[in-house]
Amino acid sequence: MAEVRYLTVNMGPQHPATHGVLRLILKLDGETIVGVDPVIGHLHRGVEKLGEVKTYHQNIVFTDRLDYTASMVNNLGYVGAVEKLLGIEVPKRAQYIRVIVAELQRLAAHLLWLATHALDIGAMTVLFYAFREREEVLNILEQLAGARLTFSYMRIGGVAKDLPDNFIQLTKDFLKKFPARIDEYETLLTENIIWLNRTKNVGILTKEDAINYGVSGPVLRGSGIKWDTRKAKPYSSYEEFDFEIPTGTVGDVYDRYLVRLQEMRQSCRIIEQGINNLPEGKIIADEARITYPEKDRVKTDIEALIRQFKLASEGFIPPPGEVFHSVEAPKGELGFYIVSDGSNKPYRLRIRTPSFVNLGAISKMVIGHLVADVIAIIGSIDIVLGEIDR
Amino acid sequence: MLFFVVETVIKTIVVFGVFLLFCAYLTLAERKILGHIQVRIGPNRVGPWGLLQPIADGLKALFKEEVVPERSDKVLFIIAPMISVSMALCLMAVIPFGDHITLFGKKINLVIANSEIGLLYLFAFASLADYGVVIGGWSSYNKYGLLGGLRAAAQMISYEIALGLSCVGVIMISGSLNLVDIVKAQAGGHWNVIYQPIAFIFYIICALAEINRTPFDMPEAESELACGYNIEYSSMKFSLFFIGEYAHLMIVAAVATTLFLGGWHGPYLPSVVWFLIKTFLIVFFFMWQRGTFPRLRYDRIMMLGWKVLLPLTLANIFVTGLVMVLAR
Repeated sequence: MAEVRYLTVNMGPQHPATHGVLRLILKLDGETIVGVDPVIGHLHRGVEKLGEVKTYHQNIVFTDRLDYTASMVNNLGYVGAVEKLLGIEVPKRAQYIRVIVAELQRLAAHLLWLATHALDIGAMTVLFYAFREREEVLNILEQLAGARLTFSYMRIGGVAKDLPDNFIQLTKDFLKKFPARIDEYETLLTENIIWLNRTKNVGILTKEDAINYGVSGPVLRGSGIKWDTRKAKPYSSYEEFDFEIPTGTVGDVYDRYLVRLQEMRQSCRIIEQGINNLPEGKIIADEARITYPEKDRVKTDIEALIRQFKLASEGFIPPPGEVFHSVEAPKGELGFYIVSDGSNKPYRLRIRTPSFVNLGAISKMVIGHLVADVIAIIGSIDIVLGEIDR
Repeated sequence: MLFFVVETVIKTIVVFGVFLLFCAYLTLAERKILGHIQVRIGPNRVGPWGLLQPIADGLKALFKEEVVPERSDKVLFIIAPMISVSMALCLMAVIPFGDHITLFGKKINLVIANSEIGLLYLFAFASLADYGVVIGGWSSYNKYGLLGGLRAAAQMISYEIALGLSCVGVIMISGSLNLVDIVKAQAGGHWNVIYQPIAFIFYIICALAEINRTPFDMPEAESELACGYNIEYSSMKFSLFFIGEYAHLMIVAAVATTLFLGGWHGPYLPSVVWFLIKTFLIVFFFMWQRGTFPRLRYDRIMMLGWKVLLPLTLANIFVTGLVMVLAR
């Protein structure tokens, strides 16, 4: 009998559809996948190690660059962990603002996912439609933070600035038209026979596998498990918001697609509630040793100047101890584990990124499928290499 | 005899030139149409409305470095794009693009070669054009190229059968393989699309697969195969593949016009204009659907070709024959 030889194909790190510098070593039998081996690390920047030599405030900007499509949520996760370590209370208004911007960020991230996922499967037009809406979300966030991608908007104890005057109006306008836009994407894809052909029963991840591999976010919910950190371990006042957790049934690419679309609708609901119930008050906790003073006071008040100087140069010193805090990022559960040794820098900063864990399940999903399905499956896991390699 | 030679040479040069120009501007048209579908503008920097864009693209391709991979089969690698483009251009020879005009007291038929087996010629040369893609993918010593070439071989061959069979109904009705005769048989509004609507739909689907357009752009499949068969091609060789592809696009639209939409027939306007209008409507449809559909998967395409299109086109032939016998 002839010896069976497989074709080994290197998909990536330079490949248009691996969403960055992911390298997959595929073993092919014809076009059928018999083996897959993800190789990561091309984008490693040592964020965790850097965290040990920077003060707690300085680390916020590094979190922007983890999942660069959702920097608001990364900020939220990190400052949440530090606040837990410090045991400080964040003002209600700041909590609500955090929820609003995090959900806007989720919309932007999911729109980017939809755009690239559809493009990978060949529906080019959806890319431009989704980017049109993402642009609007980014414009709103730009009003707020001055940046469009790496916001660094959150501060330990609150947020950097209060909402600008036109923010509420812009967001309301956006929310008014956005559901119709989601319908538009659905018209193009949800019942499109080619789309169904490409996504139904492709890359199935069963309930058991989903739990065993520790996946989270839409990948987990697509497999039919109702788990969302926002509901399971509410943070930043999420318990006061009314929203549903959409879940799939089969756990295929199509279910994950539907889950994310539903999540966008739910995010709209959350933002709307946040805006309507936005409480008045401070936007940052007034803790003299931890939070920055207002910029105006720094220029006139010597105490504020000293406080600013001390915080900027030395930072603050949290009590020794360790803390884990996780938030629901667009890609899944994003966790920060901080060990403090009583100095002004973390002793260890460990980041549990959802894409890294979700990518681990890829071999379970792709083996036995075709090359074209690999692309669809990678798209449906929605990975970002920035947070896989950290 | 001399007149015949001169006439043919002039016709060839004119048709060749105009056809190549159309192909070049199809790239612009495609980008503009897709641009408008996708809420953007499309090229608008080079000349008014980007009208000089195809020329700029061509010049750019000319000045790019020619890269031939070290371990490729160099002869085949270089020949492949030539096959692709020359076979596609040859197809234009038998397409009747107009009725006839009278110049210097002589009647000139607006077709380069009024062949008795025009349709067979078309299929033969269309198949040869596929070799360009297959050989190109195979010779470039690249696994993506190889996969692209494999897909091209499988897809084009299987869809050619259905494509050919979808045209049989037309041949049965008009009783000729001569394209001019087929057009003449459709005079007076008796377009074949009325008698063969299903065959027309099948033809369009198969034609899409034949010219590798979305949703059947398997050999290329940008996102999975990173351009597939033309992955190693650069400079003018790449452009040749591109020209070949657009030439093929024009041809299948022209053939659809000839076989199903009554060719040059139409009221008031000159015959050539009618022919171009119909052809470009189909070309527009091809571009429009590219902006709408995702890409099918390779195995589904094969399934569609063999298990759906092939039996249905055969059934169409059977029904056509049955009706013709009963109606006689």
